[in-house]
Parts: sequence; C-alpha cells; structure tokens
Amino acid sequence: MTTLLELKGVHTHIGAYHILHGVDLVVPEGQVTMLLGRNGAGKTTTLRTIMGLWAASQGSVSFKGQPITAKPTPDIAQAGIAYVPESMGIFTDLTVQENMVLAARAARDASALDPARLDWVFGLFPALKKFWLYPAGKLSGGQKQMLAVARAIVEPRALLLIDEPSKGLAPSIINNLIGAFRELKAQATTILLVEQNFMMAKALGDRVAVMDDGRVVHAGAMAELSNDEAMQQRLLGLSLGVHQ
Amino acid sequence: MNTVVSTAVPAATAIPKARFDWKPVLLLLAVMAAALPAVGSTSSWLTLTVAGIAMGFIVFVIASGLTLIFGLMDVLNFGHGVFIALGAFMATTVMGGMAVFADQGGWQALVAIFCAMLAAMVVAAALGVAFERVIIRPVYGLHLKQILITMGGMIVGEEIIKVIWGPLQIALPLPEPLRGSFLFGDAAIEKYRILASVIGALVFALLAWTLARTKVGLLIRAGVQDREMVESLGYRIRRLFVGVFVAGSALAGLGGVMWGLYQQSVSPQIGAQVNVLIFIVIIIGGLGSTLGCFVGALLVGLMANYTGYLAPKVALFSNIGLMVAILLWRPQGLYPVTNR
Repeated sequence: MTTLLELKGVHTHIGAYHILHGVDLVVPEGQVTMLLGRNGAGKTTTLRTIMGLWAASQGSVSFKGQPITAKPTPDIAQAGIAYVPESMGIFTDLTVQENMVLAARAARDASALDPARLDWVFGLFPALKKFWLYPAGKLSGGQKQMLAVARAIVEPRALLLIDEPSKGLAPSIINNLIGAFRELKAQATTILLVEQNFMMAKALGDRVAVMDDGRVVHAGAMAELSNDEAMQQRLLGLSLGVHQ
Repeated sequence: MNTVVSTAVPAATAIPKARFDWKPVLLLLAVMAAALPAVGSTSSWLTLTVAGIAMGFIVFVIASGLTLIFGLMDVLNFGHGVFIALGAFMATTVMGGMAVFADQGGWQALVAIFCAMLAAMVVAAALGVAFERVIIRPVYGLHLKQILITMGGMIVGEEIIKVIWGPLQIALPLPEPLRGSFLFGDAAIEKYRILASVIGALVFALLAWTLARTKVGLLIRAGVQDREMVESLGYRIRRLFVGVFVAGSALAGLGGVMWGLYQQSVSPQIGAQVNVLIFIVIIIGGLGSTLGCFVGALLVGLMANYTGYLAPKVALFSNIGLMVAILLWRPQGLYPVTNR
C-alpha cells in the first residue's frame, strides 16, 4: 500500500481560532479514504489546508513523498490534486462546457477536450451532456454537484479531494453520485472524501479517518467501522440501525 | 473508462438555450425614443444621439478597464484617473510633435492619432505595472486602504504631470482634416465623433471576443466570480491580476487620448473629473460586467447630451439620477455578475 498523501501533526489557525490541533492522516494510493466527523470537527479545514487555501501553522503535508505544505494553491493543483469544495465552486455565469474547459488546464477550448474522457464523464453524468451549452447557474443543485465532480475528473488527477458531495441532495441524486464514485473507485482513483452521510461512506470507503475537535481520533479500515456499531456510536454518535 | 455513451456533444438545436437579457438594451432604445418628441426636431435629435453615443463609447473605453479591475481583483482603484490624465497629456506631446504632418490630409491625421494612442497606451501600461506593484499589491483585500492609497496615488500622479507638462490647461486641437461635420439633411455629425465611435466599437468588439472566445477571457470571467476556485484549478490568478491591471491602465490611457480630443483641451485634473462619470457607469452596468459597462456608458453619454440640450441646469444631476433610477430597478446593476 503506497502512501499518496500524508499529513503529520498539522495545525491550522484561522484568524484567532485554532481549528486543527495536530492532524495525522494517511491517504493510500488507489483507495477511497472517508473523512468523517461531526460538524465543526475540522474536516473542511483539513481539505482546505491540503490545498493551501488556508496555511498550516505547524506540521507537514506531503504528496507523492514531496512536501507541499508551503506551496501556493495553483502549484498544489498542478501537482495532481483536484478539489471539489463544499460550496461546489461552480462558475455560475459560465456554461457547463466553459466550466469543463477551465478544469482541463491543457485545453485551450472545447475542441481540445479529450473526447473519450468526455464521453466517459457524460456516461457518469448524462445531464451534463444535455445542458452542455447552458449556464451552470441554471442547473439544479444535484446537476451542479455533478458538474463539480465532473470538473475534477475531466483530466486524470492523482488525488481527488471531495467535500460533502451529498449535502442537501435528494436520495436519487445521491445514488447517482455513489454510482459515479464506484466507477472512479473501480479505476483505482485515489479519493479523500469528506462525508456526513454514513451510508454513502459505508458504500464507498476502503479506509476511514474520523475527526473530532481538530484531530483524527480514529483511522482504519472502513469495514471495521461499518461492522462495529459500538464504535460508530462512540466516534460518530451513530446507530447503524437508525441509518439502515 | 468502460461506460461509453454517444461520443458527440449534442447538436445545438437540442440544447436548451439561455435567454439573453434584452431589457437593458431596450431601455437604451426607449431613452432614445423618448428623447425624440422631447427634443422636437429630428435633426437635433440625430445630432444629440450621435454625440451621446460617441461620448458613451469614449467613456466605455475608459471605464472597461476599471470594471474588470474591480470585478477580477476586487480592487477599488480611485487612481484610475491618473492613467486617463497621463494618456491625454501624452497625446498633447505626440500630436504637438506631429501637428504639421497631421494637418496634411485625412490618413496623416489618422496616423498621428494612432501614434498618440499607441504612446499613451504604452506609457499608461508601464505606469500600471509600477502602480500595481507599489500601490495596489500591499492592499489586496483591504477596501478602505485601497480607496485611500489609490486616491493618494492619483494626487501624486497629478502633481508629477504638473511637473512635466505644467499646471495649466493645454490645448489639444483636432488635426485639420478631422475638424468640422458631415451634414445629413439638417443634422450635423462631427467627424471626430464618428471616429471615436468606431474606435470605441472596435475596443468593445475586441474585449467581447477576448472574454468570450479565449481561455484568458474565460479565466477572467471565472476569476470575477470565484478567485479561490480558479486557483484551486491550478491557475496563478496573481499573474492574471497584473495582466488585467496593465490592460485596464492601457485602456484608460487610450480613453484619455479620446476624451482629450473630444474636449480639445486637457488639464491635470482631467482624470479626477472623469472619475465620477466612470464610477457611475460601472455601478450602473453591474460591477465587473463588461456588457453592463458598455450599455451603462451609452446610457450615460445619451443622458448627458439630451439633458444638456433640454434642461442644462439639471444636466449635472442627470447621471446621478440615472444611477439612482437604475439601482432602484436593478440593485446589482444592469447586468449583475453572479456570486458578487
């Protein structure tokens, strides 16, 4: 199991607030690592710190064995990390096509997008094909989330950081997203996925890290957490029976 | 990648189209139509309308850079006027040096104006590089400091202009072939206003093409909405900031030449005088919107000319009144940029 991303003792301050208190996290290559935890546990801050959007005040982040802690966000993205923020980060005044062209750094225009890759993306998210020349701001919430994920995969990336993709979406849309993530997983795409929806986490995760109060309080195999209701209750305040 | 569907992107006819918002354009036409019975004479109306459109094009050239700078960089640059003044004064130097050549014929006049515009744009762009590095960069994200320091920058710039060109107003006469008017019936259309409109239209077309058809334009439009996400996609937006600031400064220099020739005189305070007008335009248009800036500039130009003819005493108030009315109708401007 090769480590693709590793955080060691990462602290992050936002203004006067100390949000991360020494996060240790390992993301193995080719696997889906779920990052779980209650609201305010520090999951989003962890992703933003990895991307360099908020600077780590202490500790180190390394990607493919190289330190990226002090690098600017564009350099981190160019190293091969794609980021889907909780807000989705869709450019609403741009069309779906323009959003995709922007995400494909090598493409000067739509004709330069890899057609095979694009077909694959359309296969995952058919709505994007239907609304290809439509302003992204006019899409539904679920379609925007699909576009956000599609942007992250329009070109091959070594690691996807995805922040709560199921938030506020209808169950049918969540199922669609789960299907897409399964397809990515089948191709051994490395994903670090922040999620509140435990059923989604259970369906997708190979590994899991649970955060609380700015620290990783548990890390291990997803199957282990899925099969241990007592551990779920202790770490997440969940009862599997309630969620099934 | 084993999930394969049809390879072609859907045909254009099958795709839902976003509707273009025609209401601001219709407002523009409505203002023109409403002015006709108020003015009374068709020839006077035509003269005023062409003058208003020409003024609008000049104001657009000046303001387009400012709206992009604000939209992309979130920088309130109250020092934009110094680039306008610099452009206008560069024109006095270049046109003064080429006066004899420019008066020889039509194409010579155009060459002289082109040289003045080129010199103004190059010098304004060079000043823009220094202005961004020394004055703007330390205050990114700090609006109050931006207002104070850019206004300070403009005052310093004005004083430097006084040192170089003197504190007095300088004449900037049009070359002989560009003076006078074409007559269409009883309507007199000044030659220079036609030239200014053509240049303004070319600048608008070039900007619209760049923003709509190029990757840089795509990045600018995306950056206006969400700078952080553009960086997360792997683009260095700071470089884009510098590029847009320099281009905006060059456009202000170009606009300064056009405004100076329009007024046929320049003073060191020309930038401060035009500043109010261009801020009204970018607020009316929707901060960061190039199309909004274009429609807003035409509205301001037309309104200034119609009210100047119909009710000179309210002419000064007319553009403020126009801004208030438009903001009551559309608080984010004519073409608001989403996410701002």
